[in-house]
Amino acid sequence: MQVPILKQRDYLIASIQAALTDADLLQLRDALVSQVGTYRSRGVIVDVTALDVMDSFAVRTLRDLAHMIRLRGAETVIVGIQPEVSFAMVQLGLTLEGVSTALDLEEGLAYLDKKLRITAPPSVKKRG
Amino acid sequence: MAEANPHPVPLQKVGGPESTAVLLRELVAHLRQSRTQLREEWARRITEAQLLTAMSKEEIFAEATAVYDNYVDVLETGAVEALQDYARNLSERIIPRGVETHEVIGIVLLLRDVLARSLFAKYRQDFDKLSRVLDAYEPAANRIGSTVAVSFVQERERIIREQQEAIRELSTPVLPVRERLLILPIIGMVDPLRARQLTEQLLRGIRTNRARVVVMDITGVPAMDATVANHLVQTVEASRLLGATVIVTGLSPELAQTLVNIGVDLSKMNTVGDLQGGIEEAERQLGYRVVQMIEEPPVQA
Repeated sequence: MQVPILKQRDYLIASIQAALTDADLLQLRDALVSQVGTYRSRGVIVDVTALDVMDSFAVRTLRDLAHMIRLRGAETVIVGIQPEVSFAMVQLGLTLEGVSTALDLEEGLAYLDKKLRITAPPSVKKRG
Repeated sequence: MAEANPHPVPLQKVGGPESTAVLLRELVAHLRQSRTQLREEWARRITEAQLLTAMSKEEIFAEATAVYDNYVDVLETGAVEALQDYARNLSERIIPRGVETHEVIGIVLLLRDVLARSLFAKYRQDFDKLSRVLDAYEPAANRIGSTVAVSFVQERERIIREQQEAIRELSTPVLPVRERLLILPIIGMVDPLRARQLTEQLLRGIRTNRARVVVMDITGVPAMDATVANHLVQTVEASRLLGATVIVTGLSPELAQTLVNIGVDLSKMNTVGDLQGGIEEAERQLGYRVVQMIEEPPVQA
């Protein structure tokens, strides 16, 4: 199943709706990493609310995705990790180090807005 | 009734169920008649055996009267429900005062003995009849005894279950103090079971309150073993995955040592000395600034 990627202002939002195969995950990663450049996005949000299981491959792919996107000049936030999933991940040692996380999509947007300081549309002041 | 019986003991039931009923009726009449005397005797034996020490003499006598009447009623009707209710009710009243199981069983056995003694005295002349009366009396008395004891134990277990439930709920309160800010005061020993509940409640609390910062205060935790400490660190990391920062406050020197010994990655742990400092830090992270509006009024003598 392909994950739809929505463009919203300066951000890309990928909302995962069902369990993904490893191939789907890699496809999502590649699509996001490439579209960040296409749309000149500054932030990426991956919503995993619908996942009630995250295996090591999924976590590693998400981490790689975040690192790749940072190298492409944008920020990534993973949102919507379920409480039970989060604890299971930590117990397996899958802690997504170096990747930002937020409670849900709304919090993720707020986080990116704050981090990238674009709460208001950036206005370019002309001199003189 | 006084047929000559060639074998004194044990007796075969001579006349089937009717005769048992007749005997019980006679027995009940006797017990009603000597109610005052037997009940006093019983209360005296209770005091003598130093049972129910948590209760006053008057209380013992009042309860003894009620139990005695219930007891005789059960002998008469064979229905234990009323006695069961009474025993539950009595247990509910006396358990909080520290009455123990052996005391309750002890007093019921005493009553059984007192009544049996009075039967011995009454039918002393007629051994054959005495045996038959006891045949009728003993199973009924045993049933009453076990009913009371079981009711007491059941009531006690119910209370214990309720208390466990209450402790479990009370032991890990997750309290919102400001928009997006939770505090989680942990007091007392933390065992692995409690640690798991704590994690569950915290993660759920973060979700329902949409918390961004959590202050976990462990001033009240005297010590922790490595397993629990590790669990706590995992809770901190799991919270981060939900998008909340955890600030740990009130680490005792011993706990600090435990954490260092198990090799905690300190870059993942945000610690502040005390709860006040933790809340201040949390407010700073959330962008709050607390301003005192008026000067404190001078303290009047």
